[in-house]
Amino acid sequence: MAKQFMKGNDAIVVGALAAGCRAYYGYPITPASEIAHAAALHFPALGGVFIQAESEVSAINMVYGTSGMGVRVMTASSSPGFSLKQEGLSYCAGAELPCVAVNIVRGGPGLGNIAPEQADYFQITKGGGHGNYRLIALAPNGAQEMCDLTMKAFDLADKYRNPACIMADGITGQMMEVVDIPEGVTDLPDHSDWAVTGKAQTSGNLISSIVLEAEDLEAHNLKLDAKYKEIMASEVMYEEYKTEDAELVVVAYGVVSRIVYSTVDMARKQGLKVGLLRPITLWPFPTEAIAKLADSASNFLAVELSTGQMVEDVQLAVNGKVPVHFYGRCGGVVPGGKELLGEFNKIMEGVTQS
Amino acid sequence: MKTFEKSNSFYKVFERKGGPAKEATHYCPGCGHGNVHKMIAESLEELDLTKRSVFVSPVGCSVFGYYYFDCGNFQAAHGRAPAVGTAVKRTNPDAIVISYQGDGDLAAIGTAETIHAANRGENITVFFVNNAIYGMTGGQMAPTTMIGQRSATTPLGRKEDIHGNPIRMCEMLATLPAPTYIERVAIGNSKHIMKARKAIKKALRIQAEGKGYSFVEIVSACPTGWKMDPVAARDWLIDDMLKVFPLGVFKDESDNQDEDAWKRHFEAFDKAKVDVYLDRMKSAVGDIEPTVLPGDLNCKFAGFGGQGILTLGLFLSQIGMRGGHHVSWFPAYGPEMRGGTANCSVNLSSDRIGTPLVDHPNVLVVMNQPSLDMFEKDVVDGGTIIIDSTVVEGNADAKRLNVVAIPASDIADEVGTPKVANVVILGALVAATDAFTPEFCESTLRAIIKKKSLIDMNMEAFRRGYDFVKKA
Repeated sequence: MAKQFMKGNDAIVVGALAAGCRAYYGYPITPASEIAHAAALHFPALGGVFIQAESEVSAINMVYGTSGMGVRVMTASSSPGFSLKQEGLSYCAGAELPCVAVNIVRGGPGLGNIAPEQADYFQITKGGGHGNYRLIALAPNGAQEMCDLTMKAFDLADKYRNPACIMADGITGQMMEVVDIPEGVTDLPDHSDWAVTGKAQTSGNLISSIVLEAEDLEAHNLKLDAKYKEIMASEVMYEEYKTEDAELVVVAYGVVSRIVYSTVDMARKQGLKVGLLRPITLWPFPTEAIAKLADSASNFLAVELSTGQMVEDVQLAVNGKVPVHFYGRCGGVVPGGKELLGEFNKIMEGVTQS
Repeated sequence: MKTFEKSNSFYKVFERKGGPAKEATHYCPGCGHGNVHKMIAESLEELDLTKRSVFVSPVGCSVFGYYYFDCGNFQAAHGRAPAVGTAVKRTNPDAIVISYQGDGDLAAIGTAETIHAANRGENITVFFVNNAIYGMTGGQMAPTTMIGQRSATTPLGRKEDIHGNPIRMCEMLATLPAPTYIERVAIGNSKHIMKARKAIKKALRIQAEGKGYSFVEIVSACPTGWKMDPVAARDWLIDDMLKVFPLGVFKDESDNQDEDAWKRHFEAFDKAKVDVYLDRMKSAVGDIEPTVLPGDLNCKFAGFGGQGILTLGLFLSQIGMRGGHHVSWFPAYGPEMRGGTANCSVNLSSDRIGTPLVDHPNVLVVMNQPSLDMFEKDVVDGGTIIIDSTVVEGNADAKRLNVVAIPASDIADEVGTPKVANVVILGALVAATDAFTPEFCESTLRAIIKKKSLIDMNMEAFRRGYDFVKKA
C-alpha cells in the first residue's frame, strides 16, 4: 500500500527527501533526534549530505552554505538547540536564503525538560534573532502533516527566498500515525540568478547580509518588509471545525488542536456551541479569519502549552470585540479533554472573567 | 613585468566597494591583508581555479573580501566560515573553497568550527591572517595577542594570569590526524613573502587535487591596531611575534595522499532515485482490506521495558492500518523509558482521531504490578483489562471491568521464547474485543515481522492467546 505507519519525526525526513532536499546538518537533541537518525540513514544513501555538526551554531551555518548554493537544505532541533540557531536564521533571512528549520518544541526555559510544550511561539513567530525579519512558520498536528507541511515549507522558502520553519511539539514528533507516502517533486526551481554554486556561470554572485550604508540597509529592510506583507496576504493557512454557529471559538494549534477536536465533540453532545479555529501557519497568523469569527462568536479561548503566547495574536485579531480567554498548561503537562470541557463550561456560563 | 599587473582573479574595478577610490582596497597602509589577497589571487590564476572558486569572507577587516575576488563569494557570520565552507564543498566537491579568516574569527569565536572542519579533513583551504589584534572593531585583544601587548581591552598589556597566553593554532591543529598540510608563514621581509606565496599556492593545489584539508597561517602586521608606523610594525613582527609564532611546516602529508582521496561524493536531485526511496518507504502489510471495527479502541499498554510493550502497540496499529482505520500510537518517551517502565497509547477509530493521548482507556494491558496499580482506575466502566498473570499477582475489579487474566509469559515460554509474551497478549486482546478476525491479524503479522525465522513462533503465540480467551 502507499501508506506507512511512522513517527512524525520520521515523516519529516520523508517529506524533505520527497521535496528534493539534498543536505541535512544537525546536532542530536531529544525529542527531535529521530529526524537526525533518519536523515543519517537516507540522505547519504540518496547521494546527499548528512553532517552531524559540532554544534547547533555550526549546523545552521552549514545550512547557510548549502542554501547559498541554491540547493534545498534543512536542519532540525528542539528548543534549547533552536535558540542557538537564531543568529544563523537571522543571517539566512538577511541574505534571503531559503531553508527549512524544524523545532520539535520541548519544555523550557533553560534546559527545562524533554516533554512537549509550545512556549517557543514568541521566538518563532516574532523573530528570535536580531533585526527585522520573519520566519514562515507551519504547525503540523499529526504525522501526515509533518510530511506534507515539510514539503510545503520547502516550496514557500524557495518562493519567498526566506527560511521556513516547522514548529511541532514533542508529542507530534514522537507519535506514530498512518502517513500517505507522497509523490516526490518533479522539478526544482533554478536559482542560478543569485546562488553561488562554485561554477563559472554564477561566479559573479554574492551571498551576504551586510549592507553598509544606512540608506541602502533601510531599502533592503523595506524590500524584506514588502515580501513579508505579501506572505501575510497570500499564505495564511488554517482549519475551522464546527465554527459556523459557534458561540465559543477555541483557538489552538499542534497537538492541542487534536485534544480540542475531541473536546468540541464532547461539548456539542452537551449542547454547547463550541468550535475550533486551528492556525496551520503560525506566521502569517490567521488574523482575518479570527476577526471575522469575532463578529459572530461571543467568546474566544486560546489553549496553549505555554503560559500565554499565541493568545496575544488572538487578542490583536479579535481587537476587543468580544472577550478572549486563555487556558494554558506547561512544563510538559498536557490538558485532558474533561479538563478543557470544564473550561468551556465555565466560559459559557459566564463564570470566568475575561 | 607581470608582478606589477593586477591579477585577473581580482575585479578590474572594485564596484562593490563603492565610494570614490574604486581601484584601491579598503585596507590601511602596511596591512598584511592586501599582500595575502594578492598572493591568493595570483595563485588562483596560475592554477586556473578562479572561476570555480568560492571565497568565504569572515567578520573582521577582511569582511569585504568579496569586493576584490572575481569568483563566487559568500560573507559568513563571525567565526562560521569553515562551517559555511564545509557545506559549500560538500554540496559541490568540484568547487575550490577558501575560508579566509582573522585571528578573532578563527581562534576565538570560531574555534570549534576551525577544529572540527580540520578534524573532518574537509577538502578546503583555510587562510589564517594572524596579526595579534582585532582590527575592524578597534584594536581589542585577540586570542593571539602577545604577552605584554597593549590593546583596547588590555590597556596595561596582556597578562598570562588574567588573559591567558597567545594561542598557537598550527601547533594545535597539527595534532589531528586528518589535516594534510599545515604551515605558518609571515609577511615580514622579502624572504618571508616568497615562502608565503609558495605555501598559499601549495595549499590551493592540494585542494584542487582532492588531497584534503590545508591550513596556512600568515603572521601579518597591523600598524593601525598596533599604533606603530609600518616599518616599526614590520620590525616588531619579525623580532617579537615570530618568537611566539615560529615559522615552518607543522604537517605535510601531501606527497602521501592519492588524488581525490578526500573528495566527497554529492549527487544533484534525481527524481528516479527519490521515487525508489519513496517506494521503499511504503508499508509491507499489503493492500488495505477494509474491516469493520465494533467500536473505537482506546488502548493503554504498560509494563517493564523489554517486555515488548511498544511493539505490541505497533503490531495492533499496523493491523488497524491495514484494516483501513485511523490509528495513532504514542509512547511515553525519554528518561522514564530508561528507568525500566514502558507504556504507550494506541487509538484505532473509523473516524479522525482527536487526542492521541489515552487518559481513559477502554482496553488496558498490564504486564507488571505497578502498571495495574497505576492505570486500573483510569479504565472506563465496562472496559477490558488484560493482565499477564504470570508476572502480575494482583487482580482487577471484575464487577466494573471485563477482566482477562492470562499467563502470557508462561505460554510464551512454552511456545519457545519469553519474547513473544506480547503477541500472546495481542491474541487475547483481539479475542476479547472482536476487533479483527484472527486470520486477518495473522496475515498482517506475517508481512510485518522482519525476522522470517520468528514468524512461526509468533503465529503460535498469537493463536494461543486468542484461543485462551475464546475457549475459556
